[in-house]
Amino acid sequence: MDLRWPRRRRWLAGAGALAVLAAGGAAAGTAAATGGGTAVHRSDAMLTGAGGVRLDTSYFTTGGSARRPAVLLGHGFGGSKADVRGQAESLARHGYAVLTWSARGFGSSTGLIGLNAPDGEVADVSRLIDWLAARPDVELDAPGDPRVGVTGVSYGGAVSLLAAGYDRRVDAIAPRETYWNLADALFPNDVYKKLWSGIFFSSGSAALPGSAPKTPPAAGATPADPLCGRFTPALCALYQRVATAGRPDAAARARLEALSPAAVASRIKVPALIVQGQSDSLFTLAQSDAMAMAIRANGAPVAVDWIAGGHDGGDTEDARVDARVTAWFDRYLKGDTGTGTGPAFRVTRTGGLNSTDGSVVLRGADGDSYPGLDGTNAARIALTGRAQRITNPAGGAPPAISAVPGSGAVGELSSLGASLSLDIPGQYARFESAPLPGSTHLTGAPTVTVRVATDAPDAVLFGKLYDVAPGGKEVLPAALAAPVRVPGSRAGSTVTLQLPAVDHDFAAGHRMRLVLATTDLGYASPAAPASVTVSLVSPELTVPIDSDLSDDAAALPWWAWGLPPLALLVAAALLLTGRRRVRPRPADPALAAVPLQITGLSKRYAKSADRYAVRDLSFRVEPGQVLGLLGPNGAGKTTTLRMLMGLIRPDDGEIRVFGEAVRPGAPVLSRLGAFVEGAGFLPHLTGRANLELYWQATGRPPQDAMLAEALQIAGLGEALERAVRTYSQGMRQRLAIAQAMLGLPDLLILDEPTNGLDPPQIREMREVLIRYAAAGRTVIVSSHLLAEVEQSCTHLVVMDRGRLVTAGPVADIVGSADTVLVGVDGEVPQSVVDGIAELPGVATAVREEDGLLAVLDGLTPAQFVAELVRLGVPVARVGPHRRLEDAFLTLIGGSA
Amino acid sequence: MSAAPPAPVPAPAPPRAAAAGYRPGRTLRLRVEARRQLRRRRTMIVAALLAALPFILIVAFAIGGTPKDGRNGPTLIDTATASGANFAATCLFVSAGFVLVVPVALFCGDTVASEAGWSSLRYLLAAPVPRTRLLSVKLAVALGFSAVALVLLPAVALVAGTVAYGWGDLELPTGGALASGDALSRMAVAVAYIFVNQLVTAALAFWLSTKTDAPLGAVGGAVGLTIVGNVLDAVTALGSWRDVLPAHWQFSWADALQPSMEWTGMLQGASVSVSYAIVLTALAFRGFRTKDVVS
Repeated sequence: MDLRWPRRRRWLAGAGALAVLAAGGAAAGTAAATGGGTAVHRSDAMLTGAGGVRLDTSYFTTGGSARRPAVLLGHGFGGSKADVRGQAESLARHGYAVLTWSARGFGSSTGLIGLNAPDGEVADVSRLIDWLAARPDVELDAPGDPRVGVTGVSYGGAVSLLAAGYDRRVDAIAPRETYWNLADALFPNDVYKKLWSGIFFSSGSAALPGSAPKTPPAAGATPADPLCGRFTPALCALYQRVATAGRPDAAARARLEALSPAAVASRIKVPALIVQGQSDSLFTLAQSDAMAMAIRANGAPVAVDWIAGGHDGGDTEDARVDARVTAWFDRYLKGDTGTGTGPAFRVTRTGGLNSTDGSVVLRGADGDSYPGLDGTNAARIALTGRAQRITNPAGGAPPAISAVPGSGAVGELSSLGASLSLDIPGQYARFESAPLPGSTHLTGAPTVTVRVATDAPDAVLFGKLYDVAPGGKEVLPAALAAPVRVPGSRAGSTVTLQLPAVDHDFAAGHRMRLVLATTDLGYASPAAPASVTVSLVSPELTVPIDSDLSDDAAALPWWAWGLPPLALLVAAALLLTGRRRVRPRPADPALAAVPLQITGLSKRYAKSADRYAVRDLSFRVEPGQVLGLLGPNGAGKTTTLRMLMGLIRPDDGEIRVFGEAVRPGAPVLSRLGAFVEGAGFLPHLTGRANLELYWQATGRPPQDAMLAEALQIAGLGEALERAVRTYSQGMRQRLAIAQAMLGLPDLLILDEPTNGLDPPQIREMREVLIRYAAAGRTVIVSSHLLAEVEQSCTHLVVMDRGRLVTAGPVADIVGSADTVLVGVDGEVPQSVVDGIAELPGVATAVREEDGLLAVLDGLTPAQFVAELVRLGVPVARVGPHRRLEDAFLTLIGGSA
Repeated sequence: MSAAPPAPVPAPAPPRAAAAGYRPGRTLRLRVEARRQLRRRRTMIVAALLAALPFILIVAFAIGGTPKDGRNGPTLIDTATASGANFAATCLFVSAGFVLVVPVALFCGDTVASEAGWSSLRYLLAAPVPRTRLLSVKLAVALGFSAVALVLLPAVALVAGTVAYGWGDLELPTGGALASGDALSRMAVAVAYIFVNQLVTAALAFWLSTKTDAPLGAVGGAVGLTIVGNVLDAVTALGSWRDVLPAHWQFSWADALQPSMEWTGMLQGASVSVSYAIVLTALAFRGFRTKDVVS
């Protein structure tokens, strides 16, 4: 038999995927915030209920003698007052006097469970209201009539409805996930809801596995009957009778109806906030619908809230609902008309998975009025499918699966495509729509009319409406099925079937598939085998739509919108404060023709207050000069050139190029070509591509580049088409000089240009520089090859330790008559040299390899020679010092 | 300087503030910068690796067989061979955590630091390319390359997957399917989100790039800090503090591959990422515009 297990496996797989995505906390619903805020006083007491039953109660207030409205807070079936302590404390902190109690038969309370019997649990509530009326800190509407609201989940919710029906002192209620008509809830359409009823009954008679261990019954409490637990004998008998028969009888129906809020429908006239779960196959949305219609008909304000989870499981949105209940009481107990009570109708929709933390994203849709299960309007969807003959298996097994207790988390995910539902082949008929032309959002209970023919005395069918994706994947919204019992008729009986009320979006292109199955795991179906023929009476499915519902905006935390503007503010602050506020210096028209003027330039070493790389440097370069910048390592030449290029900022002084002050990115830098401290090329590109891209990066017209001239200077030949990473040092050097000459800049700066060049290239370079300057342009060359500078430069600037030593035409410095080289036969003792240095009119005297070098300051060379002879120095030859190198050393020595 | 020029030469150009044809706004145009970066080996290698990854996966699936529903529940891996769209989604899934971080960190972390390393930075600055313009253009090109890298992988995967497994709906691991046309637009949203989510890595790498001359330092620093973010995000004890970690939202793109699109996670992730990116980029500009370039 094909049990369609693969689909089930896919579901398990789906759940696994969620687990994979989950980083933590799946259920967002948590108890109302405790902790913090005002301290809440709790006093426990055993109070006397109706018929002498002892009720275990807790009374919560923030203390003080001011009178305040009261709230009675009931608990769910199988629980106790301890379950609602968190919400009670939160309400008490919010200014209510809150009384919680364990219903009779639960917790430490005595008595037997009467399923909210008027003379039992409901009468207990009246005793509790009496007690509240006697409290000095509870606000009274009249003597003996406190201002009181009642709320609770499930069993506690039902008692709130019943209390409002039986006790006129109740002023507002907020029933949550509860029943209106218990007979309809447990015996829908005369079909016995066996799984839920069994759980319901057993949780009142014995602890369920996994549920919190119950407080042991107080001494004197009725000992638990192993079969009936703490149920009243009449209810126990009723349950056993129906469960054994597998179908309800009229007496059972009548009994449960009499216990239901529906029995006092016309007397519930207080404002009611009705919260019902969408993943709830026990107390369905049809229950809350009947509740809302009846109370609204009595003229009381009603709001309906369909939460995501429910008794089947899933997110019951406790935090949000608790807050809404508090607001409801603020409005109707405190009379605070400024409090918004929320929309008249709200549906929680499943947006999708939050893949970051694995939680289901819930989103509300609001309407101004509650339209009921028929929607504000309805779509009519045509179904096709011929009459189908299906079987009711003997014993009702194997059953199809729709919702089962605990499946709610999956039911909630049905909009994501997760589905647990299973149909057994041969046991179901199906009717399908064409692919929907547009998306159809069902909100309510669809209806369809079918004909059911069978030989058996009656037939039970379970109606389900699947969402079928184009790929065939089917999903049962909220995993709900609607049972119906149809009287047997060979000719067929017509039945209008109300399918489960759900909120579900059928996407465009999806199909609706009506499935009528003979079995369901959660219900009792006839044990006798039978054959059933199902056909459509009218090929039309009525799909209610609530067009007034509008989706709430996605709830994003405040920071999601606040962070980017904040970041922009921070960024603006960073950018505005980081700037050194220097007023751009205006151009100096008087210097417009002067290629370079440096005035008082200083630059300290990084992180140093008094160590200078360049200090108080001033010099000037005129057009047409080839200026040699000389100095030993560390003299500050390169630092000066970097400042000249706008790469580093001077600490003091200024540099003007053609009258414009140099700063980083100054446009005047475009008139300057530079080669400083080695080449800088993209190694993966060819030499030619490097030059072309460099010129393109300047953004200047291609024809201004004079690429051919530059390439000729580089003289790289074929190598120009190779990647630069393959170049030798000298080739890079030449290419870099060519790059500096691109566009024939008015001021050309070359730092150690002859490094790595061979002698013919050096000579060639020298000629290039001379020619370049001869055209009226200006060249600055820094070099340590002093002979080289001597041959190509017209002017010199000598630097040492960051300071200017001397500046002027080469001839002046090199050939200055006051520098005299004296050739000596043999050694000259140091004492003699020192003696020479101390002669009047001699600035310095230094011992050289084969003589001594002197700078004269007042003496003529002839007088100097006379003095030498007088000192007995064996003078062999005397001449002006011709070599720049020597002059340079002398100058440095003099400044030392 | 006392000496006059050797001869009265005609001035090479009339006095003016800049060379003829120079306009700061036309320096280092995007196209030029892109050409400078495009032929680089690392660009090629990244592109080749990203383009090869889908084929490696196809071979892996061919050797290992079509994945079956895993015992530990499905991931996108299990539906990888269902269709080309599924395969592309799988490739995104396996690469979004780390593989796609590397090219972004590489392109953005390398861009300024490598110029400094090659010494070409000082010639660009002396050209002169204004510093803010240099950074803007480099950032734009690096982000463009990153975007291409992010698109390349799923695009190649989609084509290769379609050839290997056919064209069809995107089957979702949670159940359900997306029509192929729909799936394409969803994947586009996912890729766009991944790009936005990576902006923080990009900006971090870029900032480091302006701080160091070692390209690997900038790239490694950005990748390293991204890893630290992932590690911190794994510390669940941090609770909602993790919301401000960009790494916390790095898989939010999966929200786009659901039956109904879920925006909240992606919006929050984008908010965090863009905010960090704005501040880091501002830091980069602030530091670089007054920096002494000594490389």
